[in-house]
Amino acid sequence: MMTATAIPLEHLLIVASLLFLIGLTGVLIRRNVLFLLMSLEIMLNACGLAFVAAGARWTQADGQIMYMLVLAVAAAEVTIGLGLILQLQRRYRHLDIDAASELSG
Amino acid sequence: MELVLFYIAATVSVITTTLVISRTNATHALIYLIVSLLSIAVIFFLLGAPFAAALEILIYAGAIMVLFLFVVMMLNLGPAAAGQEARWLSPGTWIGPTILTFILFLEMLYVLTGMPEVTSAIAVPPKAVGEKLFGPYLLAVELSSILLLAALVGAYHFGRRYMRARREDSS
Repeated sequence: MMTATAIPLEHLLIVASLLFLIGLTGVLIRRNVLFLLMSLEIMLNACGLAFVAAGARWTQADGQIMYMLVLAVAAAEVTIGLGLILQLQRRYRHLDIDAASELSG
Repeated sequence: MELVLFYIAATVSVITTTLVISRTNATHALIYLIVSLLSIAVIFFLLGAPFAAALEILIYAGAIMVLFLFVVMMLNLGPAAAGQEARWLSPGTWIGPTILTFILFLEMLYVLTGMPEVTSAIAVPPKAVGEKLFGPYLLAVELSSILLLAALVGAYHFGRRYMRARREDSS
């Protein structure tokens, strides 16, 4: 079995929060739906990193279980999001998120 | 040694993630995102969570990123799309949000420093994860399976309409 090392929890949480905030910046600054989805994936992944780090700190399996649930949510979100991207591209011939304000029905 | 590896992997993941959100070409951004996910998998290994690391590579870097790549291929984005991205990504649009999120990061840094906790020296083996996953967390597993089923039905619904419209366009 692999032994874990004494990585400071605060450094792990700093990395996770930095990744989350980079993803948040991506959501704020991009207009392309494809990049928005990628930024959402980055944010979900940063949450997963924080969960696994906390699970390793207290040597509980709960952190990894929450990571798996986050993974399932990410997979579900990305399939629906990519389906919507294909519809958006077919309807408007571009991927501007502002075009989605006219979606209805 | 492991600490050095952790800092290298963390730096790589932060740099590549920054590159992901600043690219104009979607394929380049995806490749950088895969590198970022692989470095996070390295961090998981160092934390003593080998199963989470394997899942990160298999599901994130494998399945989800391949899904993204297929969609980028189907969208058939050319140099014109990259040019449009470059126009959308003017400094006036990204400086404000970047500064605001950087302020958020400084606040997180202030909160997180002064916590002398270290991750424990005992790894969490996959067996413990499995026992807990199919014991107390069985309901969560069932709920996530229902969520995935709903995503499957939704993706089929969107994709069927897309393929039918595509056939009508080509005929």
